[in-house]
Amino acid sequence: MLGLLACSGLGTVLPFHPALALDANGARALIDRSLGEVYQVINSGQAPAVMYQQFEAIFARYADVDVIARSALGPAARQTDPATFAAYKQAFQEYIGRKYGKRFHEFVGSRIEVTGARQLKSFYAVTSVAYLNGRAPMEVEWHVSDRSGKDLYFNIIIEGVNMLASERAEMAAMLSRRRGDVAALAADLQQAG
Amino acid sequence: MRPLILTALAALTLLSGCADAPVRQDGITINDPYEAQNRRVHAFNKGLDAHVIGPVAGLARGKDDPDAASAPVDPDAPIGLLQMVINAGRNLSLPVKSVNGLLQGRPGNAGQNLSRFAINSTLGLGGVFDPAMDNFGISERDTDFGETLAVWGVPEGPYLELPVLGPSTRRDAAGQVVDLLIDPLYHLLHGQDRAVAFGLRVASKAGDRARFGDTVDGILQGSADSYAQTRLIWLMNRRHDLGEERADYDPYDDADVIDPYAD
Repeated sequence: MLGLLACSGLGTVLPFHPALALDANGARALIDRSLGEVYQVINSGQAPAVMYQQFEAIFARYADVDVIARSALGPAARQTDPATFAAYKQAFQEYIGRKYGKRFHEFVGSRIEVTGARQLKSFYAVTSVAYLNGRAPMEVEWHVSDRSGKDLYFNIIIEGVNMLASERAEMAAMLSRRRGDVAALAADLQQAG
Repeated sequence: MRPLILTALAALTLLSGCADAPVRQDGITINDPYEAQNRRVHAFNKGLDAHVIGPVAGLARGKDDPDAASAPVDPDAPIGLLQMVINAGRNLSLPVKSVNGLLQGRPGNAGQNLSRFAINSTLGLGGVFDPAMDNFGISERDTDFGETLAVWGVPEGPYLELPVLGPSTRRDAAGQVVDLLIDPLYHLLHGQDRAVAFGLRVASKAGDRARFGDTVDGILQGSADSYAQTRLIWLMNRRHDLGEERADYDPYDDADVIDPYAD
């Protein structure tokens, strides 16, 4: 009883606590909304360059680009000054929009069904199945977290292939070509993807 | 042929000798003590892909037709020659997949593959069409002897990139050899029939390469380090297929990346 009182008391003294903490339904709804917007673009039949920009905007809206870009850059992220990091992050966001956007035609006439969500460590894994033309159905998993302060996804795993790990390997290779120069990496990223 | 296979198996076993410690990164273990040798094979495979396999695959799927790539595919449209070859070759892989299903103690999967083989070889005109899926809803349960070894508890072993065949591990390379030996078709067919069956299997693999060419090109030609990228993607996908490793990396807990004291 005391505990209950204490809890309700806590509720009243912390009115600015986020109204809804992330749960399985919230994580699932986020991915549903994001996929809905992606398919709108895919089915719009616009010029590819326009579509890439729209994919990038959707990615920026639903994904935690900051933590993805930081994680992809690896330990160098902590040694980079904020302005250089911001330039790299912007180039990275555009690169992702182009790189994954270029494969949109594989998704024309396809559908992705969200099948469930479950807690994994401190985040939620939303599971889905992609039905693409002439291919066996593919398992696609989305990792959603609210630790940025907003509900956003930070990783996509397609048939076990983890986007974060794959981009981290890619950034490491690009960075070592430039001997660790993040500004040069950002410039290279504008031509990549 | 058999002495050759035995030599290959013996060589693979001997390769286990001088191994560096596996590296664990982002929750993914990379065990690649033969990296220098693997990279040489990768350079060869990449050249082969750029100069031979890629262009042929491009021709097979009509890459020069800009409409073909972006046009919506009508699911009821008749299938093309390429898909027919892929289907027929894949159908011939079902008996050995059935055998592996039994060896793994998964009789359900074995039966499913065998039913598919029976239906598609007859009603599907030698596997060219897929009535097993279209009319009976029986899908393929993809497997191989590499998976059988995994079920039996054999460790994955070091990563290997094989000439022409591409990414593998010691366990999977041994599996590929054994798959040839335990394939019922290899024992039932003789002479010309065996050659035709083998040719169709190879053509089917090449057909898959043609269909998913953009993805392969993207990794091979578009990556800063295509060897590392291929290795990582292949290992993650293979372990997922075998149910051996799960991705649960949390970047918010990675102190290398995020300053835990930042506000």
